[in-house]
Formats: sequence, C-alpha cells, structure tokens
Amino acid sequence: MSNIIDRRLNGKNKSAVNRERFLRRFKAQIKEAVGKAIKGRSITDIDSGESVSIPVKDISEPTFHHGRGGRSDQVHPGNEEFIRGDRINRPQGGGAGGGGGKASNEGEGEDDFAFQLSREEFMNVFFEDLALPNLIKTQLMGIEEMKSVRAGYTNDGTPANISIVRSLRGALARRVAMAAPTLRQLREAEEDLDTLLESDADNGPEVRERRKRIHALRDKINRIPFIDPYDLRYNNRVKQPKPTSQAVMFCIMDVSGSMDESKKDMAKRFFILLYLFLQRNYEKIEVVFIRHHTSAVEVSEQDFFHSRESGGTVVSSALNLMHDIVQKRYANRDWNIYAAQASDGDNWDSDSANCGRIMQESLLPWCQYFAYIEITQGEPQNLWYEYLKVAEHYKHFAMQKIGSPADIYPVFRELFKRQPATR
Amino acid sequence: MKPISTGSEWTFDLIERYDAAIREIAHGEFHLDTYPVQLEIITAEQMMDAYSSVGMPVNYQHWSFGKHFVQTEKGYKRGQMGLAYEIVINSNPCIAYLMEENTMTMQALVIAHAAYGHNSFFKGNYLFRTWTDASAIIDYLVFAKQYISRCEERYGIDAVEELLDSCHALMNYGVDRYKRPQKLSLAEEQARQVERENYLQLQVNDLWRTIPRREKDGASQAAPRFPPEPQENILYFIEKSAPLLEPWQREIVRIVRKVAQYFYPQRQTQVMNEGWATFWHYTLMNRLYDKEMLTDGAMMEFLQSHTNVVYQPPVTARWYNGINPYALGFAMYQDIKRICEAPTDEDREWFPDIAGTPWRPVLEFAMKNFKDESFISQYLSPKLIRDFRFFAIRDDDHDDKLEVSAIHDEQGYQMIRSKLSEQYNLGSREPNIQVWSVNVRGDRSLTLRHTRHNRKPLDEASAQEVLKHVARLWGFGVKLESVDSDGTVQQRFDCHPEAAQASL
Repeated sequence: MSNIIDRRLNGKNKSAVNRERFLRRFKAQIKEAVGKAIKGRSITDIDSGESVSIPVKDISEPTFHHGRGGRSDQVHPGNEEFIRGDRINRPQGGGAGGGGGKASNEGEGEDDFAFQLSREEFMNVFFEDLALPNLIKTQLMGIEEMKSVRAGYTNDGTPANISIVRSLRGALARRVAMAAPTLRQLREAEEDLDTLLESDADNGPEVRERRKRIHALRDKINRIPFIDPYDLRYNNRVKQPKPTSQAVMFCIMDVSGSMDESKKDMAKRFFILLYLFLQRNYEKIEVVFIRHHTSAVEVSEQDFFHSRESGGTVVSSALNLMHDIVQKRYANRDWNIYAAQASDGDNWDSDSANCGRIMQESLLPWCQYFAYIEITQGEPQNLWYEYLKVAEHYKHFAMQKIGSPADIYPVFRELFKRQPATR
Repeated sequence: MKPISTGSEWTFDLIERYDAAIREIAHGEFHLDTYPVQLEIITAEQMMDAYSSVGMPVNYQHWSFGKHFVQTEKGYKRGQMGLAYEIVINSNPCIAYLMEENTMTMQALVIAHAAYGHNSFFKGNYLFRTWTDASAIIDYLVFAKQYISRCEERYGIDAVEELLDSCHALMNYGVDRYKRPQKLSLAEEQARQVERENYLQLQVNDLWRTIPRREKDGASQAAPRFPPEPQENILYFIEKSAPLLEPWQREIVRIVRKVAQYFYPQRQTQVMNEGWATFWHYTLMNRLYDKEMLTDGAMMEFLQSHTNVVYQPPVTARWYNGINPYALGFAMYQDIKRICEAPTDEDREWFPDIAGTPWRPVLEFAMKNFKDESFISQYLSPKLIRDFRFFAIRDDDHDDKLEVSAIHDEQGYQMIRSKLSEQYNLGSREPNIQVWSVNVRGDRSLTLRHTRHNRKPLDEASAQEVLKHVARLWGFGVKLESVDSDGTVQQRFDCHPEAAQASL
C-alpha cells in the first residue's frame, strides 16, 4: 500500500530563506538598482516592487570546463543530406557541434540576470539608508490600520470572549424546549395519578406504576444539562478599516543654481518619506509641487525634480504661493495640510524675516505639520536662525540640517510619534 | 472492467485506486522491484521550492539555491516554462511529488513514471546501489542542514557562505569514481563527526610538522612526494590535507562532497534512468488501457504528453538542443524489447545473446548493470541509428573544416555507437583534473594537473575563477597545469591566496 500525503498545507515558502540569502549576497547591486529606481520614479509611485538586473558574470558559479579547441566528435540526430567524408564550413559564431547546452548561453537576454523585487523587499532597501526605527518601518509598510468593532455574536471563539448573558439565555431556551414534551407527559401522568387516588377502588399496583413513571419523567427532566457547549455564544468582533480622510502635501524646493543633482536626490528621499507616511494615514492624497528661486511657481513633478534654474533665492515667494493655494483650494477643514520644504539655506538677506512672519501668521495655523530640511555642509545662514525662532513656538514645525540620508528621519520623529490625525 | 475514472479531476480516492491498479500491474505482471512508495501532493509554489533545493525535501541554505528559485519563479510566472510534472527522490520510501494542478490522467502518468519507473531504477541500478544509500539520505541532509546552520551561528553567515561557494565550485571534483563508499547511519555519522574533527586536525598537523629531520646518509634526499599518487577527489584531498582549515570547515567540505557523491549516479545515468521511467509509464498505461481501466479520452491525453516527452527534434530544427535523453532512452528499451520478441537477421548478428529470448529478464539485466556510456555501447542497434538518422561530426582545430565522420550506414554503425557512448562518458565530458603534488618543504603550494583528452584545452576564464576558490580552501598558492598527452605543459594557471581573497 502506498502512502499518500497531502503536503499542500505545508509551508510553501521554504525557499524564502534562500531567496533572502541571494538578496543579501547581491545587496550592493540591488541597492544601486533601487537607488536608480528612486531617482526615476514618481513620488506617488514609490510604493511598488522593482525589477532589478545583475550582470550574469557577477552571479555565475564557476566550474572547470573545456575551452574551444582540440578534437571532438559529436553525434547528432536527423541527418538529411550528409554522407561520410562530407566537409562543412564551421558555422559562424558558435563552435559547431559545441553541444546544445553551451549554445544557449549565447542567446540574448542572458547578459543580465533580471528578477523582480517584491514591494516589501524594495521598501526594505529603501528604508535602509534612512535609519528608521523598526516600529516606523512596520508602520510605513503596513496595510491600512484596522480597528476592531463589535459585530453581534458567533458560535465559536476564545473563552475570553464568551458572552455570559447570551450563553445562559440560550441555555435557558434550550432547557425549556427540551423539557417541554416531558413536562407535558409528566403533567398528564400526575393528573392520571390524582384521578386514580381519588377513586376509592383498590388499585395499588396501578398507583405504584404511575408513581414510578412520574419519577422516571422527573429524572429525565433533571438530566437535561444546565449548560451545554452548544449554548455558548461569543462576542464577535470584526476588523474595520479606520476612517480615513484626505490630505494634501506641499513639496517646496529651492531650485536656484546652488541646488545640484545630489542635493535634489536627497530632497526627493525626504519628500518620499513624508509621502509614505501620509499614504498610510489618508485615503486620498494630493501633492502640490512648488519650486522657487526669486519667484515661485507650481509645477509638475517632472519639472520639479528635473529642471534646473539659476539666479538668486527668495524663499518667501514660495511660502506666499503656498498660502495662496491653501486659501484657494484647501481652505475648508476637510483637508489635512502637510508641507515639506527643502533648501540649501541660501536666501536673500532681508527676506528671511519675512519668511518667519509668513510662516507663523499664515501657514502654520493651517498645517498639520511643516518640515524643513537644509541640505548643506556649510554653516547655517540667516533663514535657519529665523526658522529656529519659529520652531520654539510651534511643536508641529520640524527642522533639520542634512548631510546624509540618515539625517532625514529625525525631522519626522515628532510626526511619527503622534497618532495620525483623523479629523 | 470499468474505467477507474471518467472526468479529469483527481481526488485522493482516485489516486489511491490508480496507484493500486498500477502497482498491481507493475508488481504482479512485470515483477518490478521497488522501494515502498510515498506520494505527496504539492502546489506549484512548493514544486518551485523543491526545484531550487535540487529536488531534496531538506537541504542546507545557500544563496545559489535562492538564485535557482528566483530563476524558476521568473520563468514560471511569465509562462516561459512549465514546471516538470514530477520530482522523485531516491530515498526509501521513494517520495514522488504530484502537483495539484495536474489532471487525473497526468497524475496516473506521474505515478507510473516516477513511483514505479524511477523507483525501480533507483533500487536496481548498480551505480545507485553502490553509491547512494536511499534509507539514509534524508537523515543525512537533516544533519547537514543543522550542522551548517550551527556553523552559521557560530562563525557568521559570510564565513560559511564563502566556504560553500568554494566547495560548490569543486563539487564535480568531490566524487570518488572508483572507490566504494561505506554506508553509515545518522547516529554513527554524528558520533563519528566529533571524533573525526579532533583526529583530522591531529593528522594535518602531523603532515606539516616542522621539526627538522636528520639527513640520512648525508646524501641529498629528494623531497618525499606528497601525495604519493595523484588524487582524483580534490575535495576529499582538501578535507584531509588542507593545512589551514578549521575542523568545522573540513566537516562542511565533507558535506558538500557527500551530496555530490549522492548525485553522481544520476549524472551518469540520465538516458538510462529517464528512458526506463518512460518505458514503464508507457507500458503500464497501455496495460491499464488494455484492461479497460482507462477511458479513450484519458488515453489520448496520455499519448499526447507522452509523444511530447519523447520527441527528438532533428539537428536542423531551430529548437534543437542536443539529444533528448527521454527519446533516446525510451527508444533503446523499446528496441531491446523488440530484438527479444521479433528479431531480424541483423539483430541476430548484432545481438546473438538476446535475440529471441524473453524480454523481461534482458531488460532487467540492462537496467541493472550499466551506465549511459556502457549501455549505449552495448545496446544501440543499427536500426535505432537509422531511425534517429544519427551522424557524427568531427571538429578538429587542426582542420579548417568540420568533417562528417560517420552516418547511418554499414560502415558507420560501430563508429556512431562508440562516439555516442563517448559523448555520455562523464570522464571525457569534464576536464580530467587531479591533485598532482604539494610543495611540502617550500611554499606549501598545491599543484593540480589537467590531463588533456583529444588536445582539448581548459576554458581559461572559468579555470582562473575556480582556482581562486581552490586557493581559498588550500590557504596557500595553487597552480594548475594543463598537460598534453606527451607530457608537455600547454597552459599554466597560478593563484595566490591573498589574490583569491581579494577578488572573490
């Protein structure tokens, strides 16, 4: 007799460990690919897997094998026209009769070993540079938050969830229902007995027999269990997605001549992180891109990251524009407003005081959160000091000087600590 | 008899009934000798898992398995390739996987093919009998997996991974081709492993003892040759003699070597093994049909996939990819049966021993006592050479053109037979590289020697890469010489351990 075993329910991801080993080994290449992908992708599209390719020679496992040359004989099937002694030109490219296995290595698409990173793996690599605490990572990667609500009763569950009132009510009903026919018989038997006793005839054996029956019926009623597993009812709770609302995210960036590609790349990571955070907490997110030098304009994401301007910097122009847009489009209380501003700290001297004022008077009261990063290696300039004053008064204003991607996270520390607003 | 089933859906009950029917024919009518059968139903994902750990239900962890997994998954998801219908494990009981997606007919085919065909081959063929221990392999792999993950905890994943990389590069050189292995149970293996660690280290130290020896007779004595004879099993040599390896590293080398040894017979019997399984699924399914236990529809479905399996595209076809082992093997067993039952004059001349004798014992003998190479040189008949229209091509680098050296005619039969047999000789397919000597008194460098066959050189790029791995294991410099048949060195490779460490 053969053994037949159903293994379908056994874990299917036995190779997950090996896959993870594989990713671990080629981390450098994968990181590079992810870095490229982040540059190439739109902020709103950051949250999906990515196809990564690694040069085949990097991942090959070498073994000894013969090179071309020497003498070899190969037998092939399907001779159509050859007779012994025929001489044939060597085919171009591959060694004739080089065997099937080798020839296929020359096919196209073999230069790179391409494979798909899952969304989770992609995010892991992305988060790696940012030095996020683990809790935040799960928060960002997790699916939308659920809250558990009561939803009636069920027949099974854990003992902790037993609803006593319901269970006992059920038990009572069952007892009544189960006892009803017996009770009726009992009543009849008792009446029977009474009539017998009232009649004076000597019918001792019959009376005894009736009594026995009454006794048996009572016993039967007593045997009905007080409570039965069948009666148990459990409080039922179901998960419901938390009510979410909408948010708008302002990305403000200085695009004056001093902001080079690497600074923009850093800024992009900063914007992505805020976007990811918002995405977890709000169902609908709009993103507004404002770039500025001496004057500010609202642009598409493409223009935002990829065009370069020259000239001086007037930060207040961007803040004013943001204020206008907020008033025009997002003034009702349905919108949660978040803003992220990236700059290299340059500003026209007398403008900085202006910025502080606009920020305090017309922006911060509307915003859930406003984060400012200064991407620079040098000394902070007057805008920084102006903003420091603002930060003293407003808890939902965060600022940070950034040299490497790992510095980005502290900006959001406060934000991630808070419960997401659900107004 | 009534057909066992009429629809295409399978159920556990049906599988059981098909299995019983097939077993009755296999054991009762054809006297196939098999290990007990264990059929496991798995999903496509699990099949991919099984693929990537070379079919074994347990295996140690290594990135290369992950690579295979990623590759398979990619191919499968894009629909570029289907999964094999079956994987069968040479163990006792013999485990055969059935994929849940398959129809009932396909399940029956797989049962006949794997659980009775391959199974009886594993149990009967002399290579498997000598080299593998079906009852111990799973236990051994469990031991290997645990041991390696303990090493990872203790010495770090990177150290273990590096070592495994190097061992894998030499895996084909980790087998004994001539010596017989001993069989061990798991318990003995574990007990001996600790003992071995200590003992081995002692031995190695002994080998490299630096106490100066007294010169005998004043005469300058030639340094004793080490090893005294060339060694074919490079991994074994490294396990026993590499000076710098830690005991745990030696054990891991040993594990890789054992696994390589276990798979060695499979690599030598591809045509025979697949041919045998195909022959039996064909025979058994036909018997089922004769007994009216299969419907016409099921038979058509079976025949369609059978024909696909044994199709041999001609050399001119764009998708020609060498000789299909299923096609050749199946045709050969069928042909042997034909020679037994209805021999022609030609067969009587070529196969006087078997022509006209009962086919079952002849087939059994052929399955048990050969490997691909000898099987072909013994049983490839002129008729098959004609049927396949085989021809041999000689590729000689001293000649500016290729030459057709034989075709399917009277003069060509012997030649084609021997060339085809040679083509399946692992010994000539893989470069013959052996441990040649160790410079015991000087820089401790290890010299490997490649003996050329038909003047075939080593592939330079890969040889240089592998040599780095050898150097990492050996710990000192490693040289590789490729030597012509007249003893002149044609290629030289050299690798220093520091260089190896830096570039691997």
